[in-house]
This record gives sequence, structure tokens and C-alpha cells, in this order.
Amino acid sequence: MPKCEQFDKICAKLDSCEHYQKFRVYWDKVLAMGNDSLEKTIAIATALCLVCAVLVSFSAVALKPLQVNNKELDMKKNILDVAGLLQEGSDIDKAFKDKIEAKIVNLETGDYVEDMNPAEYDQRKAAKDPALSVAIPKDKDIAHIRVKAKYAKVFLVKEAGAIKSVILPINGYGLWSTLYGFLSLDADGQTVQSINFYDQAETPGLGGEVVNPNWRALWKGKKVYAETEQAGLEKGLIESAEIGEPALALIKGVVDTSKPGSQYQVDGLAGASLTSAGVTNLVRYWMSKEGFAPYIAKVRAVKGVKS
Amino acid sequence: MSEILNDETKKVLIEPLVDNNPITLQVLGICSALAVTSQMSTSLIMALALTLVTACSSAAISAIRNHIPGSIRIIVQMTIIASLVIVVDQILKAFAYEISKQLSVFVGLIITNCIVMGRAEGYAMKNPPLASFIDGIGNGLGYSLILIAVSFIRESLGSGKLLGIEVFKLTKDGGWYDPNGLMLLPPSAFFIIGLIIWAVRQWKPKQAEAADFKILSIAHGEGGHH
Repeated sequence: MPKCEQFDKICAKLDSCEHYQKFRVYWDKVLAMGNDSLEKTIAIATALCLVCAVLVSFSAVALKPLQVNNKELDMKKNILDVAGLLQEGSDIDKAFKDKIEAKIVNLETGDYVEDMNPAEYDQRKAAKDPALSVAIPKDKDIAHIRVKAKYAKVFLVKEAGAIKSVILPINGYGLWSTLYGFLSLDADGQTVQSINFYDQAETPGLGGEVVNPNWRALWKGKKVYAETEQAGLEKGLIESAEIGEPALALIKGVVDTSKPGSQYQVDGLAGASLTSAGVTNLVRYWMSKEGFAPYIAKVRAVKGVKS
Repeated sequence: MSEILNDETKKVLIEPLVDNNPITLQVLGICSALAVTSQMSTSLIMALALTLVTACSSAAISAIRNHIPGSIRIIVQMTIIASLVIVVDQILKAFAYEISKQLSVFVGLIITNCIVMGRAEGYAMKNPPLASFIDGIGNGLGYSLILIAVSFIRESLGSGKLLGIEVFKLTKDGGWYDPNGLMLLPPSAFFIIGLIIWAVRQWKPKQAEAADFKILSIAHGEGGHH
């Protein structure tokens, strides 16, 4: 067998190597020593660390491409899901490439940033980089995230050249964890299409129900910004909102669709008031002037020009 | 020789299942048993990961047991265990991404799982590699057994599902079963494990520990157990 020959060759080479011979002699000497001698302790510790380091780094390096691929695929799946384009068994890579376009948005101005490559930009990493992020003043930090990236990576779903919907990254603190997710809005920047959270560690069965498809389906068709003055929104976590301000909130219990203002309300998560409050606050934060409001205004303006 | 090995093999493999179960008798590895048992799928993967790590680390430690300096014994064991856990974590991230996301930090916490250390120190340091490997498998299986039993109860009563498949239709989806929210929270695993320990000790009275002391002055209560 050729492989064995090669192995023998390597062995022969090693045997003829002077340093290896010296190493063998030393190693035999170490093994013969008493277990508690200082020299053996150090030698064994060094050898063990070497072997373990090789094992760990080999697995980390060898499996890295698979892991990166898994992560990307998972993210694409989430984006397709929130866009309503995820079909069981379809090719995720292809569907993503065909239908979705990633863009970088300057959160302050709401303009697209054309000189950055969306494929290379990681908003979550940028939020931790002082050069690419800004601290949020305490009184405005309703989502409890402390810092935000200056640039956000949004995704556009296009159909026949026109924007059909925009997918916005959102995050905020719930009960135990920071929830990361996407909110997908119609091109009018007002009507919710869907929401999903791809990274959260809320209590399974209670706050963790933010991932429940039945609950997520309740968001479809809800309105984000108040169209008329909203005061005393019943039982809602947002009590009042002026025209143009985010009014969408979770309420305690089930939404009564016959009441005015119910288009701004979503059923709260049963047994999870704090996660519900967290979700309300993070949606409110990201839809406000601190978040995507400037960008959404521009999306609307573009649509207005075209139609 | 093979006869003896077989008897010994059987003993180290079967004993940890009930007679010397790491969770119910030795009361080790409780923390992860609370954390990952709200769903059966995560429990199964956790059980598999722990069994593999315990077996491989025991075998590795046993292979070099005659050369481990006494003064750094525990550090050597930890290094081997930690390396194996990192490898398992990397493999999960590469081949079972969804599950690794759900298990999150608990894979890493296998390093501190008392069962792994306990078997390394208690068995692998004194026995040959093959027997240690099988002992690791046996103890891993004992842990798995309890984990699967607890998660079976928790997932079915807590969310009406088993392995993510609906078994009881929930009231919120128009069914008849009102789920027990407590089952989804870690404390419920305490109660279930407690009940399992009680049941096992009723079945095998030998496992019940003798009371450390007797309470003399207080009425006729059954003090002393803890």
C-alpha cells in the first residue's frame, strides 16, 4: 500500500534525524523518572499542552469553513423566513441570491452607503467596535442595548425592479437575553409583514414563544406609526403616541379587533410580561428617530416619486 | 482473560445505569440535568456529547495514568477533558448547527460536569484504558437515562410535545391540554429528579443513605435526611 510506504519513509527519515534521536533518548529518560520529580512534571505538562493544542487547533481550523457556511445559511434562512419567501426544501442560497438585496444604511441620515460591501459588513460586530458604533444616551435607550452600530445592514425584497418590502435588523433586551431579529415592512414603511427572532435565550415556553409561528403570524398587517393621535391605547405597553410616532405595542391578553387602535396592537406573550415589554421597546426604539425612522421616510419618498 | 474482562466490562457498563447511577446515587451532574431537559432533542444530544467525552477522556487519562505527576494531576485531567469538549463543540457547530445553538453554553459546561471529573479521578486513574473507556460509556448512559426520563416528562407536560412532535393538543391551538408552565422552568427538574431518586431508593432500599444524625428533642418527625 502506498500510504504505508510513505509512513515508513517518514519514520525512516525521523529515525535518521539527529534531533529526533536525542528527543527519544530524553523522552525515555523522562518516562523513567519518578512521577513527582520537578523535571518530569514540567516535561509532562509541556507535552500534554502541545498535544492538546494541536488537537484543538486542528479541529477548529478544519471545521471552520463548515461552521461559517452554517452560520451564513442560517442567517439567509431567517431573512427568507421573515420575507415570507422560505419554502421547505428549496435551495436557500439560490432563493436568497435571486430575490434579496443587501444594503448598508447610515442610520443617522437614512441614506444608503454605497462604498461599503454589504457581504463583508457585520452589524453585530460593528456595534462592538468603537470606531463603527455610537453610545446611546441613557434616557433614549429604551431597548437597553447601550450601543448601536452607525450603519445598519438592511435587506430589500424586490419584485420587477420595485421594492416590495424592507427587512430591518432589530435587537433589544428581554428578560434574560438580548433578542436579535428582523422586522419586515411593506414598502409603505408602515405595514408589518412579519417579525422573527433568530437569536434569543428567553424562557422556553414563555418568553421563548417569540419564535412561535402562530404568534408571529399575529403581526401581519399591523401598523407601526400612529396615523391619528393615539391616546389611552387600551392595556397597551405604549399608552399614547403622536401622529407619526411608533405606536405598535404588545398588550396584556388578546387584542380586540373591533376596538379602534387595534391595528397598533399585538397579543402579549402569556406568562412573559417582561419579554413582551422588551419586544415592544425594541420595536419602538428601532422604529423611532434613533433607529430607522429617517431611512423609512426616504423609502416612502422614493415610492411616492415612482407611483 | 477474556472471561474476566467480560465480567468486569458488564459490571462497569451496567452498574451505573441503576445501581450506581451518577445522578440518582452519586448526585453528580445535576446542573446540566436541570438546564437542558426542557426538550428531548437537546437532552439527547447533550447525553451523547457527555457520554463521548466521559469515555474518551477516561480512556486518555487512563492511558497516561502511570506518568501523571501527582502535583498537577487535576490540571492534567482538566486539560484533557477541556480539549475533548472543545472538539465536540466544534463538531456540533459544524454538523448540528441548530442543536448547538440551543445547547449554547451547556456544551462548554461539560468541562465542569462532575461526572466527567469524577470518573477520571475515581476510576480512570486506577484502571486500564479499555475498562476506563467502558466505564465512561456506562456512566454516560446512566446520565443519559435520567436526562431522557426527565426531558420526556418535562417536554410532554410542559409543551405537549415529544421531540418537537405534538402529542397533546394545546388549548391555545384549540386542543384540550393546558400545559404546565412550571415544567418548562429549571426547578421542575429538581422535583422530577427528586421523585426519581425517591422511586429508585424505594425499589433498591440499599441505596438509601443512613441518617447522619438523629433529632432527639423534636416530636417524632423523620429528621435527618437531606
